[in-house]
Amino acid sequence: MAGVPITERQFQGQAHEHSRRLMVAWMQELAHAEAEGRPTGALMISGNCVELLRACHILPMFPEVTALQNAIRKKSLPLILKAEQAGYSSDNCAYVKADIGLFLEGGMGPGKPIPFPTITVCNYVGCNVYVKWFEHLADVSGSQLFMLDVPFARTAEPSPADVGYVVAQLRELIALCERVSGRKFDIDELREILAHAARAEEGYARAKELCKHHPAPFDAYFDAINMMGPINVLRGTREAAEFFDTAVAEFEALVAQGLGPLSEERFRTVVEGPPPYPFYKSFRNLFARWGAVAVASTYSTVGGIWEFGFRHDPRRPLESIAEQMLRENLTNRSIVARYAQIKRYVEEWGADALVIHSIKSCRLFSAGQGDMRDYFTQKLGVPTLMVESDLEDPRYYAEAQLKNRIDAFFESLEHKKLTRSGAA
Amino acid sequence: MTPSQIIERCRDLAAQPIGAVAEGWKAVHPGGRAVAAYPVWAPAELIHAAGMLPLSLLGGGTSVELTHADARFQSFVCSIAKSTLELGFQNLVRGVDGFVFSNICDVARNLSSIYERNFPGSFVEYLHLPQNSTSPAVVGYAAAELRRLAAAFDAAFGLAVTPTALAKSIETYNALRARLRALYALRIAEPQKLSTTELYVVLRAATVAPPEEGIAWLDGLLDGLPRREGRVRDRLRVVVEGAFCEQPPLGLLEVLEEAGCYVVEDDLLLGWRWFTADVATDGDPFERLGAAYVNQSVPSSTRHESRQHRSEGLIEKVRRARADAVIFMPAKFCEPALFDYVLMKQGLERAGIPHLLVEFEEKMWTFERTRNEIETFVESMLFE
Ligand code: SF4
Ligand code: SF4
Repeated sequence: MAGVPITERQFQGQAHEHSRRLMVAWMQELAHAEAEGRPTGALMISGNCVELLRACHILPMFPEVTALQNAIRKKSLPLILKAEQAGYSSDNCAYVKADIGLFLEGGMGPGKPIPFPTITVCNYVGCNVYVKWFEHLADVSGSQLFMLDVPFARTAEPSPADVGYVVAQLRELIALCERVSGRKFDIDELREILAHAARAEEGYARAKELCKHHPAPFDAYFDAINMMGPINVLRGTREAAEFFDTAVAEFEALVAQGLGPLSEERFRTVVEGPPPYPFYKSFRNLFARWGAVAVASTYSTVGGIWEFGFRHDPRRPLESIAEQMLRENLTNRSIVARYAQIKRYVEEWGADALVIHSIKSCRLFSAGQGDMRDYFTQKLGVPTLMVESDLEDPRYYAEAQLKNRIDAFFESLEHKKLTRSGAA
Repeated sequence: MTPSQIIERCRDLAAQPIGAVAEGWKAVHPGGRAVAAYPVWAPAELIHAAGMLPLSLLGGGTSVELTHADARFQSFVCSIAKSTLELGFQNLVRGVDGFVFSNICDVARNLSSIYERNFPGSFVEYLHLPQNSTSPAVVGYAAAELRRLAAAFDAAFGLAVTPTALAKSIETYNALRARLRALYALRIAEPQKLSTTELYVVLRAATVAPPEEGIAWLDGLLDGLPRREGRVRDRLRVVVEGAFCEQPPLGLLEVLEEAGCYVVEDDLLLGWRWFTADVATDGDPFERLGAAYVNQSVPSSTRHESRQHRSEGLIEKVRRARADAVIFMPAKFCEPALFDYVLMKQGLERAGIPHLLVEFEEKMWTFERTRNEIETFVESMLFE
């Protein structure tokens, strides 16, 4: 590694703190929901219809967020082991195991900070594990399962049959929510919520757009996590919309000062795949020491792809929710469609390389990423690094091995850069 | 032909690569097309109604060495996905014009688009089969999806699926499935007359033969098998569950029996016996087939059914087949099977039904450990 050592900007930024505050407030609401008799609804992150639950006065809860928080706090392994003792395979998605493990440990349910959901709404948006997960969650919690079947993106545009089918199910979900909450659904309330959502989406897209600057004002993989709570969990609230106003202002100021997350931006990467939550910081360091900054990432679009222009439309409330679930998120698109998304990132965000973080748990993301690597290296000539670990299970994180691969990759990238600039 | 002769013919056919089967069929059907479907279920009726040969796409089994596909799919992905892609790389599907995949799991889903990217000349279609089983909108959606597939056949091959042709194909497949159900019933009644490997090769051959031919063999078997000699042995009657996609090697099925089991029910090649009863024969055929998918599907790990707990279908199968135990036989890394294992096993335990877990891979070639496990299980059940 040549030159001055790279350091991280010490100050975490307002966006980080602001996001934390909002998420803590949401979790507190959740912790009090049972005592206050407020109905809750479990949802999945990907292409979700959180606005609808909000409009129905059902407090949304996200088992994926619980799982990732437990992983970040290094609490996931005992939960995973608990689930494996109960019969789950070491080859099953560890998010599910951590969640079911939490139940088996007695960390979820009546009187606990994580209540049992009143309803379990499986927004089946791409991931087949979702179907299993929520069947199991409904089984242990005894809550009513609503299977919201979202046809996978397999035609150029969603067909009228696809949209009609999802809208019909959304109406059925509204009826269920009305029964559960005892409150009449008000479409105008939903429109208002969607307007907040659209504002947050605009802000998220704007923040990502700013990463086209050199240097990018934040790391669109590691720092994007601060925005994923507000955009995926709190979307539709005024607070989330305001969060993005503040975050964008902060990032614009950084751009104006020519500041990025590191003391120097040497390499601009696009990162594909979820992060290893149990080793978030260590993994980040492996890139930071090379001055590698993610200028775009696919993981930040699991809930929705906003950077290419789609917004919820309060004038077409249910239809636009359906369209977002059907098409405007990463998970409901094919892996090969993802290649096109990444290609745009590489080209429009001016990246030097693609980093594929292959996740054992998550076959939705990872099954076939060797083909993705083949496409980017052979067809497009984009330097591509593929490393493997897990998003939840610490047993699959081998730091020394990862470091070797990452170091070798950036060394060669640096070498190429030097030869190129020498030749120029 | 005697049952044994029919079974031998089926064994030969089942051993051929599907590319060769397709080419053989095309030699006598000049200008014909063949379309292969990845597990678990696909509407073979639609392929047939378009005048094409429906085939099952089941990976490379024990015979295909991976040379390219293992660089595309990671080590933690099931074998059938890799070997199916490998069939394309090694041109072992030459003669097959189209491929149909569906949303059975995340791996199959990714495989579909990766297949399409790597073999741009092939017709690849991805079906979204409904996971909502109770919405009033679901039958209409399922029918629309079937119509979309028919339109895709028309656009790709110029072969339209008329309602009349589809109605006829539904009847043909109803007849095929009725015979398969009868064969399974026969095995439940007299498992000594038809071994699991025999039933498997017959079934497997039926997934690559024109249905009319399959019907003829099955009639021959249903006629001849009751007269077949077979000594009743003291064996454990088991249901095999979890092998609905990747194919277990024949050797493993043999070991099951040698180790002391009568397999009296299973979910092998489940998609070809998908409906619990005949698909209705009046009204719009697309709607009927869609409605059958929603309301008459057999319980399957790749389909959500809100009207029934995961374990109920299995328990029902155990009771119907008068089985003593369940052998879970998921393919290594098969998420749908491995997830369902938990809820199913809990259900079995509540119902007091013993079970054993045996994972497999399509290329597995030593069975000694498995044999020991099964023998121990059988002994513990028979002699305690
Ligand atoms: S497979 Fe992937 S997308 Fe699905 S639940 Fe697991 S981590 Fe999430
Ligand atoms: S074996 Fe299982 S995981 Fe693999 S493609 Fe089939 S259903 Fe999916």
